[in-house]
Amino acid sequence: MSNTILEMKSITKEFPGVKALDNVNLKVEAGEIHALIGENGAGKSTLMNVLSGTYPAGSYTGEIYYEGRLCQFKTQKDSEALGIVIIHQELALIPLLSIGENMFLGNEIKNKMGCIDWDRTYSEAERHMRQVGLNESAQTLIKDIGTGKQQLVEIAKAFSKDVKLLILDEPTSSLNDEDAKMLLDLLLAFKKEGLTSIIITHKLNEIIYCADKATIIRDGSTIETLVKGVDEFSEDRIIKGMVGRSMEDRYPAREHNVQDEVNLEVKNWTVHHPLYPERVVDDRISFHIRKGEVVGFSGLQGAGRTELAMSIFGRSYGTGISGELYIGGKKVELKSPQDAIRHKLAYVTEDRKTNGLILDESIRFNTTLARLDKVCRGSVIDGDEEIRVAEQMTKDMGTKTPTIEQNVGNLSGGNQQKALLGKWMFTEPDILIMDEPTRGIDVGAKYEIYCLINEMVSQGKSVMMISSEMPELLGMCDRIYVMNEGRLLAELDAKEATQEGIMGHIIRDTNQDSQSA
Amino acid sequence: MTESKKQFNLVSFLTKYAMVIALAVVFILFAVLTKGTLLSPQNMTNLMLQNGYVLVMACGMLLCILTGGNIDLSVGSVVCLVGGLAAVMVSNMHMPAIAAILTGLLVGLLVGCWQGYWIGYVRIPPFITTLGGMFIFRGLGRFVLNSKTVAIQDPAFLNIFTTYIKIPGLDDGAIKLSPIIVGVVAAVLVIFNTVKNRRERAKKGYRQNSALSDFVKAGLIAVLVLYYCYQLSRYRGISVMLVWVLAVCLIYNFITAKTAFGRYFYAVGGNEKATKLSGINTNKIYFIAYANMGLLAGLCGLLCAARVGSVNGSTGQSFEMDAIGSCFIGGASAYGGSGTVGGVVIGALLLGVINMGMSIMGLGDTWQYVIKGGVLLLAVIFDVVTSRKSGKK
Repeated sequence: MSNTILEMKSITKEFPGVKALDNVNLKVEAGEIHALIGENGAGKSTLMNVLSGTYPAGSYTGEIYYEGRLCQFKTQKDSEALGIVIIHQELALIPLLSIGENMFLGNEIKNKMGCIDWDRTYSEAERHMRQVGLNESAQTLIKDIGTGKQQLVEIAKAFSKDVKLLILDEPTSSLNDEDAKMLLDLLLAFKKEGLTSIIITHKLNEIIYCADKATIIRDGSTIETLVKGVDEFSEDRIIKGMVGRSMEDRYPAREHNVQDEVNLEVKNWTVHHPLYPERVVDDRISFHIRKGEVVGFSGLQGAGRTELAMSIFGRSYGTGISGELYIGGKKVELKSPQDAIRHKLAYVTEDRKTNGLILDESIRFNTTLARLDKVCRGSVIDGDEEIRVAEQMTKDMGTKTPTIEQNVGNLSGGNQQKALLGKWMFTEPDILIMDEPTRGIDVGAKYEIYCLINEMVSQGKSVMMISSEMPELLGMCDRIYVMNEGRLLAELDAKEATQEGIMGHIIRDTNQDSQSA
Repeated sequence: MTESKKQFNLVSFLTKYAMVIALAVVFILFAVLTKGTLLSPQNMTNLMLQNGYVLVMACGMLLCILTGGNIDLSVGSVVCLVGGLAAVMVSNMHMPAIAAILTGLLVGLLVGCWQGYWIGYVRIPPFITTLGGMFIFRGLGRFVLNSKTVAIQDPAFLNIFTTYIKIPGLDDGAIKLSPIIVGVVAAVLVIFNTVKNRRERAKKGYRQNSALSDFVKAGLIAVLVLYYCYQLSRYRGISVMLVWVLAVCLIYNFITAKTAFGRYFYAVGGNEKATKLSGINTNKIYFIAYANMGLLAGLCGLLCAARVGSVNGSTGQSFEMDAIGSCFIGGASAYGGSGTVGGVVIGALLLGVINMGMSIMGLGDTWQYVIKGGVLLLAVIFDVVTSRKSGKK
């Protein structure tokens, strides 16, 4: 069965300031299910976007051979013409259109007059829907069917495009276990008919269940490809491949002088989803952070960490929030971000572009925004004082910029992050919640951010650090909490914790879930 | 070190002052086309008075637009409602002028609060809310007026808005002296301020513009102020209306440029989520933008009623479009987050000069609409294209 359908050779893709893919190689045989695994941000989705032409030829280096031919896709349409179809994690369906309309969106079936031929559209749609075992009318609106069925619509849509190579990006992440199992069985059935699939997933039990091979990507490079039946093909083996990287010298040394005094304590914190109030996002979470301590929160995307942090920060997320919050031993109610800032809390967001900074405004403007009153006399801004503090913060954070009048949108990711940090340091917080503080920035800038974090805790501040990069947590934290699917699984001493240990907790919990359901 | 880098860049200069240059060009063009009639003392006086209502409303509209390109369509109808109310109160009910003025402003503010509540706290789209308001308040205005034209003859009411300042001993001759005194004081203040700012910046070691550009700018402004005041002095002096309008512009310029409160409007328009997480009550900012707009529309209703001397059911029609147009011509972003009162004033004057110039030349309403629309479109196209080239979006 050595019939290679796809070969990607030394693919390198750079974003401004970051190398997302570095010499990645991927070889897929016809008729197999090939799993692509790696941590968040390892580069899996980027690789698939290169393959599908979402990132056009020329924006990356390396070669793609498909069915033996060198391909240079300019758009997703080019790759679809050859039968490569990608189904993204966020489903690309329009809720208020029917299944049939969605399936042929952009490829409408037209009659001689150039109008849409609805009869053929719906009969074709239903034909493909039966292929994937979806017994609905093609005229049903997308919003009226569940996510499991929506996923099937996406696959039926792929069939309508004569798919030969199907790429699924975390297809089961939003499905319940029954639907997930059905989907995997469907893939296995299609495999018998000769369909090749690439599946990106975090759920290792699914890989063991259905995949023939697994390629592991870490930090933008391919580490290894495991073959079922040849190599050891177990969860432990895969985890080892996912996390096994060196940690030397990537984290500045710090004296650990955690004080006994507890700065922030959270008891039985429960948060519900803002749009689906019956869904529990964080389930009775209790934790504490001492003065001078960096406490890490580990988990996969969707573990509820950001939601936890934002709901603590003045209920910026969620509804039906319950639980108790103590700052410096005193019980507090933070009803808004204003309250939170007044109680010396700061939340440095994971998404600096949409939640953190005003990109079209200057560093000066952004720096003082959260505490403008500090540079005001009465309610009038003291322009000179504002310039002084903004320049001071820029210097303290080591932000590289020609002037403080530079729009933050023009800065590199690392410097934006420092500007964001400066904005929050200006509020003089005692407790900093840092959500993915080094996401999308280069190694050098990461190191400088780590140094800033060390400096803060040495002043007796407390840092709650949420990160998907386990080495970062192990290198920076005093203690680590592990979360999964809205629950706190474990509390580990960072000195004794290992990446395998943390990942093991998460994977075991995820698997338990799927089995018990 | 930075001075040497900062060479005079013609392109960036032209982009930055594009609208000022456009205003100057249009002004000179019409001055020539009307053979100088545009420059007559009477026309120069009327230029500000005719467009006073646009300036007042555009200041309020700017705050709405800053929050994210949101507009208020109801202001024309509020002008009718408040103007009508005041007219009925002083003319039909013979109430004192001050009562009518205070009631008018209060009603304007209440209308603004009503719309601000829906927009800020219930998050009804501003377009819908104010479109509703446009009909509702137009109808209420006609109800108050009983669908008739109500004339205002109460001298107290008219004097508060439309007389010319007359200081005995100064303003008795053919040349009024008070505008000249005001002009000289203002010109001296402009120059003095520039010198003071430069000195302070130098003392504290801040970066500053080259002396030449600062003084040329200050000099130009001083000369324009002097010239305008000279023209006023040759007609009837300073109108009270002008004082009202300038006061509103200066207050809103101060609020948007210098206060924390004003800055929040820019922040909300720039990135509402980030602003909210910075501890700013963004709902309240929306609310205030529209409440304030209502208040200014009310003031505008009083100004219009006094200037025209009567109010009828179609008073204020399409005023909202003049205010919105001025903001966008003056460089406010249609997506919110940027725009200045200075720019808005220039936008309003540009429209005003075009209107007046074409009227003097005898070109009717028909073509004024076409030109106004064309100017608006051109100004925004220019803004979008230049900001794209400079790599902003």
